[in-house]
Amino acid sequence: MYGGGYIPPEEQGKKIPVDQEDPIKLKEFEDRIERGEKIEPHDWMPYEYRRQLIRMIEQHAHSEIIGSLPEGTWITRSPNFKRKLALIAKVQDEIGHGQLLYSAAETLGKPREQMISDLINGKSKYSNVFNYPAKTWADVAVIGFLIDGAAIVNQLINSKGSYGPYCRALERICYEESFHLKQGHDNLVALATGTPMQRDMLQDAINRWYKPLIHFFGPPDTSSVHSDKLMKWKVKLASNDDMRNQFLDQYVPKIRELGIDFPDPNLRKNPETKSWEFSDPDWDEFYRVIKGDGPCNEERLDVRRWADEHGKWVRDALFNPSEKYRIPLA
Amino acid sequence: MNIEATKDLLYRMADDELIIGHRNSEWTGLGPILEEDIAFSSMAQDKIGHAKALYEIMHTLLGEDSPDKLAFGRKEEQYRCCHLVEHPIGEFDFSLVRHFLFDHSELLRYEMLKESSFTPLAQLSKKIFGELKYHVLHADTWMKQLANGTEESRARLQSSLNECYPLALAIFEEGDFEKEIIDSGVFTGEGVLKEKWMETIQTKAAECGLTLPADDGSEHFGGRKGYHTEHLKPMLNEMTEVFSLDPNAEW
Repeated sequence: MYGGGYIPPEEQGKKIPVDQEDPIKLKEFEDRIERGEKIEPHDWMPYEYRRQLIRMIEQHAHSEIIGSLPEGTWITRSPNFKRKLALIAKVQDEIGHGQLLYSAAETLGKPREQMISDLINGKSKYSNVFNYPAKTWADVAVIGFLIDGAAIVNQLINSKGSYGPYCRALERICYEESFHLKQGHDNLVALATGTPMQRDMLQDAINRWYKPLIHFFGPPDTSSVHSDKLMKWKVKLASNDDMRNQFLDQYVPKIRELGIDFPDPNLRKNPETKSWEFSDPDWDEFYRVIKGDGPCNEERLDVRRWADEHGKWVRDALFNPSEKYRIPLA
Repeated sequence: MNIEATKDLLYRMADDELIIGHRNSEWTGLGPILEEDIAFSSMAQDKIGHAKALYEIMHTLLGEDSPDKLAFGRKEEQYRCCHLVEHPIGEFDFSLVRHFLFDHSELLRYEMLKESSFTPLAQLSKKIFGELKYHVLHADTWMKQLANGTEESRARLQSSLNECYPLALAIFEEGDFEKEIIDSGVFTGEGVLKEKWMETIQTKAAECGLTLPADDGSEHFGGRKGYHTEHLKPMLNEMTEVFSLDPNAEW
């Protein structure tokens, strides 16, 4: 179940600034990445590389787990067998992704229990987009197609990174996400081509998710803190604006061809710069939500706290088997 | 074969699967460990899939409405599920013990139905039986683990067993056509099934060091005749919330 992270004893608990790392080892490490080799759990790595990767993979895992909640509330309300079975399977996949990613992060030395505890105590973050409510059935379609679509852009890029376990997890995740996308698109098309009530429902959902979608890839490059080091180490592989552009390129036409539009008259691709322009999406709101003041931050964490508190006796029992039980049943 | 009698049996079976599948799916996001979110979610998919397949037989061969209309478009009193499956998920021990009691009855039921004189049902039962083996394996593994865990886990299982066992006895409440069902060879009957089940449960519970509660005479019958607990109506309202916005729309 657990990855068994390995941190050489001499490195445990020590914060080492990059300029104080062993220069020979650091050069070997950077040369390997330069050559396109993957870094594996037992390989030497700079402290900062390990720290950034744990933070990133852990946040990604949390996003999968928290991200299963807004859609999860619609499983019991899905309108027919086809949608219900697809949605349960889809949300189940997301939780499986969380499990996979926690394992990948554990290879860097942080136990799953610690990560989950940091999540429910608000110490570690997850994707802002899941702090918005899924108000109607059409939200399930928008999340399944557009939020998953945005996540795929991000994950495909990250799967080309330098850390082996994370890349392998992402490859499998992307493979499953491509099915989610079909599920979301099929649902979205059904609503877009359905009754006027269904179309209104969809347009309303698109209107509400537009801003969180623009926020999804983070603040513009001009205002985000760049790290050449993270780019060089292939921890970060594309800028926020590049990813956002790629997403808008792929998905805006697909929504517009259904006769649905985004609630922003300024959303357009500038033919000269080839990049997308949009109205100011209120970045202050983005920072407010990150700090915990979004529409659903409390609600999402409360659900995880419930699961944690009410499941504690089960985990305790698993960790403390009585003498009697020794052989597996199966 | 008596069509009305067979339909009555299939409604009871399909409605049980649909409602327990719904309840299992409620664990998605709430499990005590991620692996259990995933396990309950898997079983939910299987159960709901079984319900759909049974409604499909009724639709294509017995003249009933489409599976979606049957699942989402009936009134509370038209459902034939037993009370055990209607209860909310409660704590993990309640859901686990219910899963243990219910799935053992399912495994035995579908094993018997592999011999049904109604061929489409016999064929479907072979497939369902193959999936149920894993559900029972899951339940048994967890029962043993938690019965031999901490004092708390053991006490919780015993307490949930005391609560669920009388409810589980009503799984075997007969329908209005029990004689016809048995005579035509469609199903061997609830009585035989109940005896086999009690034998299994007694053995399994003893292996876990748990005791079955004495029969306190409380009866939880009525589900098979359309009389339900207070839990079913709100659950159905939730289940049909989107469907009933426009039952004739394509969703």
